[in-house]
Amino acid sequence: MRVTLKIWRQKSSSDKGQFVKYAVDDVDGEMSMLECLDVLNESLILRGDVPVAFEHDCREGICGSCGFVINGVAHGPERATTACQLTMRHFKDGDEITLEPWRAKAFPLVKDLVVNRRALDHIIEAGGYISVGTGQAPEANGLPIGKEIADKSMDAAACIGCGACVAACPNAAAALFTGAKITHLGVLPQGETEKHRRALAMVAQMNAEGFGNCTNIGECTGACPKEIPLDVIARMNRDYLCGSIQRRDDLPAPIPPVVEGA
Amino acid sequence: MGNTGVLPHHPHPISFWQSSNGKKVVMAVTGAIMFLFIVGHMIGNLQMFLAPEHINAYGHFLHHDITEELWIIRGILLLALGLHVTATVQLALRSRAARPVGYSRKEAINSSYASRTMYWSGPIVLAFLIFHLLQFTAGYIHPQAQFVAGDVYGNVVSGFRVWWVSAWYIFALCLLGLHLSHGLWSAFQSVGCAHPRHTRCLKMAAKAIAALIVLGYVSIPISVLLGVIK
Repeated sequence: MRVTLKIWRQKSSSDKGQFVKYAVDDVDGEMSMLECLDVLNESLILRGDVPVAFEHDCREGICGSCGFVINGVAHGPERATTACQLTMRHFKDGDEITLEPWRAKAFPLVKDLVVNRRALDHIIEAGGYISVGTGQAPEANGLPIGKEIADKSMDAAACIGCGACVAACPNAAAALFTGAKITHLGVLPQGETEKHRRALAMVAQMNAEGFGNCTNIGECTGACPKEIPLDVIARMNRDYLCGSIQRRDDLPAPIPPVVEGA
Repeated sequence: MGNTGVLPHHPHPISFWQSSNGKKVVMAVTGAIMFLFIVGHMIGNLQMFLAPEHINAYGHFLHHDITEELWIIRGILLLALGLHVTATVQLALRSRAARPVGYSRKEAINSSYASRTMYWSGPIVLAFLIFHLLQFTAGYIHPQAQFVAGDVYGNVVSGFRVWWVSAWYIFALCLLGLHLSHGLWSAFQSVGCAHPRHTRCLKMAAKAIAALIVLGYVSIPISVLLGVIK
């Protein structure tokens, strides 16, 4: 199989980027999108060209490192699939495939298909923890948790922080990501005590990073490789609203955002 | 745990209105207020299918019997509209700034047409609202006929006999329906009411209510054009 990859090439954040087309021969249907890029990069290195930069780590869809927009869809045309798990058999011989990095002000471009997603780490840092006494592990059956609650938390905890929700959102909002983190901790009894404070702090950080607003469109959940449901955004909104009404103390100081003045 | 003492505190925490989530709550509540008006107004309008005395008496009741209350309601509606539009404009500017470099190609895979076109349907409905108030409330614009203060029935019939007035009305109401089909559900999401079991019903109910409202409103100009209401 032969495909043409139309890839966004940009040397650095200050450089002006452009699309460059590369023909890749001998593409196997069993190859993943990243392996296809590996093949291209080997030929680029042999030619003395600079290989295409892209992020990757586990290559089994659980680490959240990889991800770019493939033919206008974050992580490509397959639902619930990361770019590393997307096999080339989903494309036809002779296809032209467009690869673009995540586009958001809060995700400054590093190089080619790599963007800086530290803004998501900042949101977690702002409230993605529970304050419990350290020491010996508590008795496992000491705190019974219903299966529905555990499932709801687990569904939200499946978020790998890849940033596809931000990339897919027409407003570049990080609502699904922030909602997933708030839900994952807030529905469990261990995290419930701090849920309002957490929502306030994480929403404040999300706003400080310069993400857009959520218009409840649902593109995020469609692009999410872990199929995080839209309900987590409602949970964030509820905790934020209740927290705003009940707020008594100051919030922790926000971490300086990745992009200043956002 | 007493860790609040050691965390550095923010001297000016972001206010409810400054956060995008807070603005969305304001939009949900103001949208709900305007939705209540839309329902009430439609029920009032449907009196066009009764004898002319009914709707004229209703108009007289609104303007002369409950004048003060009417102005309070108008004030609330105007405030709701102002907040809804202000929040929208601010959020739209924020979202535009959030993606300075756009995609060369972008496919919508999981969103409805109505939800993607809220930024279009809203302003067009607002433009229609201004025209509509100038025509049927103030009587400044009343093409090809004389506006008669107090004769609600006659004004509606003479107004809708002009084909483009009716066409513009029907077009704007269809857009309002589109706006509501997303907005009615979205409002629940913005204030944090969502449940996997109820969301489906809510989404379907929003579409059904929007369709009923469009049908209720556009039945009047269509009936006038067809000669059912004379």
